[in-house]
Amino acid sequence: MSLSFRNIVLSILFIALALLPVYAKLAGDGFALTLFTRIIILALAAVSLNLILGFGGMMSFGHAAYLGIGGYAVGMLAHEGIFNGFIQWPVALLASAVFALVIGALSLRTRGVYFIMITLAFAQMAYYVVSGIARYGGDDGLTIYDRSHFFTPLNLSDKVQFYYLCLALLGGTVYLTWRIVNSRFGLVIQGSRSNDMRMRAIGFPTYRYKLACFVIAGMLCGLAGALLANHNEFISPATMYWTRSGDLIVMVVLGGMGSVAGPVLGALALLLLEEALPTVIAAALYPFLGVNASVYGEYWQIVLGPLLLLIVLFARGGIDGMLQDLNVRFARKPRVLPS
Amino acid sequence: MLLFLEQCLNGLQLGLLLFLLAAGLTLIFGIMDLVNLAHGSFYMIGAYFAATFTALTGNFIFSAIAAFAATLLVGMVVEVIAMRRLYGRDHLDHVLGTFGLILFFNELVRLVWGPAGMNVPLPEWLNGHFPILPGIEYPTYRLAIILVTLAVALFLYILVMRTRIGMLIRAGATNREMVGALGVNINLLYTLVFGLGAALAGLAGLMQAPILTVQIGMGENILILAFVVIIIGGIGSIRGAFIGALFVGMVDTLGRSYFPDILRMLLSQNAASTAAPALSSMLIYLLMAVVLVVKPEGLFSPGHR
Repeated sequence: MSLSFRNIVLSILFIALALLPVYAKLAGDGFALTLFTRIIILALAAVSLNLILGFGGMMSFGHAAYLGIGGYAVGMLAHEGIFNGFIQWPVALLASAVFALVIGALSLRTRGVYFIMITLAFAQMAYYVVSGIARYGGDDGLTIYDRSHFFTPLNLSDKVQFYYLCLALLGGTVYLTWRIVNSRFGLVIQGSRSNDMRMRAIGFPTYRYKLACFVIAGMLCGLAGALLANHNEFISPATMYWTRSGDLIVMVVLGGMGSVAGPVLGALALLLLEEALPTVIAAALYPFLGVNASVYGEYWQIVLGPLLLLIVLFARGGIDGMLQDLNVRFARKPRVLPS
Repeated sequence: MLLFLEQCLNGLQLGLLLFLLAAGLTLIFGIMDLVNLAHGSFYMIGAYFAATFTALTGNFIFSAIAAFAATLLVGMVVEVIAMRRLYGRDHLDHVLGTFGLILFFNELVRLVWGPAGMNVPLPEWLNGHFPILPGIEYPTYRLAIILVTLAVALFLYILVMRTRIGMLIRAGATNREMVGALGVNINLLYTLVFGLGAALAGLAGLMQAPILTVQIGMGENILILAFVVIIIGGIGSIRGAFIGALFVGMVDTLGRSYFPDILRMLLSQNAASTAAPALSSMLIYLLMAVVLVVKPEGLFSPGHR
């Protein structure tokens, strides 16, 4: 860890996130705390996706399915009267792992476009299945009446405690991903992304490695799902709709696929952009339309869509890539290429 | 028996509609190597154009033709402005870029047509029932859809296999650089193919418009089905798309109508009615999984790309 521009930005960001509840308390801004809890949870999901997408080269378009599965594991158990987090969360992880194992075993037999479409199709299948289960609310979703219960000092219903729990889990996930990526296992995964055939020729059964990686990513996202269900105190099939998978991919690419922390930046950028765009649009149109301009703020996706296209075309390294470019400018050291 | 025949025709109709979408997807992928998630948007746009033109002119057939042409135009414009820049890039770029297009189109439609759905009235002569066999009647309009799609499928076959343009399309799918080097205007060819694919999706959408409510996001669910079709059929193969589409259409329709009954025979009444909706929507995905286990490249894959 050198004292580069990028690392300074990341450190400031981390400190800011750690101090956010203090600000929320002082300013009485409860919304900021809720918003950032959500951002941190989705960042966790994006980090897990990056493990297979960025490092493994597996373009899964069904990652939101695990958000739903983890969430429904918590929701369904709560519906049956089991609020113990030590039961709920392991079940959430286990259910995600089993789903990832089955879907991965089938999908990883294929590559490229097939993989994208198959993961998408299976995730939609999960969406339809959940929509069809009337006992747990079907289309309408399921209200969760109490957050998961853990041992006494830890109270998830306390918003500040829950925020710090999410932040700690995000930090843990980033660290875990970093350790995985730099382990022998992670190097095999990255080798298989670059040239699968060569890795197999050297003697690595890459299918098994990739499947294990796929399952790990699914479990981590299932954890995010359990957190999300606790956060919203509600879970519905919309959580696992395919556009949510698309959002996760956007976060990963926007943040930068080359590093484990990139998706956190992407999640922050995308979700803050979603909050800010309506205001920005309304402000930009104000000189032309006057008071009516605020109506058009709700059409912010009309700006976001082409923006995504522009990012794809002109900023493939993502935010993290840009920060590393700035590194080069400030430090005049050779740029560390993302692996 | 009568119901069964009707359900078979419904399945055939859904299958043929899926074919229109899948053919466009598979053509665009086969020739430009482009993954187009925004294909469902053209389905939606076709339906909205049809609804608008019908409301303006009152003539459904004229509106259908105008909507088809308009979708073709929109497709070509999108190709020139956006898609052209995505060729030759990573598939992830295609996914992201076209995902952005979906957001754009959904929001644009909401801005132009408003959030409420639209309905398209059918003309009198299409609104009745037609005796297909003595004593068995089937809605005339659904029958018309089947006939039109079959005609389009035949037209596509002749276009791709028997004409000069089709020869260029097939050649472009095999080796685009070589076709370009031989003096063919490959940019124009790509624009045409993309426009054709978009127009086929638009045709599917505008034909569904009188049956369903025209609404935002209507293209997304059917797009996933179209993906399943080309996974089963093999990407890049129109024949695969045709057979896969019929297969999926039949299994989905018959599954939804008979699977609950079959379950009821096996399970208790209560358990069956709980599990049936969830399980019958899984059916086509299970089918897809079986195909993947047996032939990961699809049933009619044109070979490794």
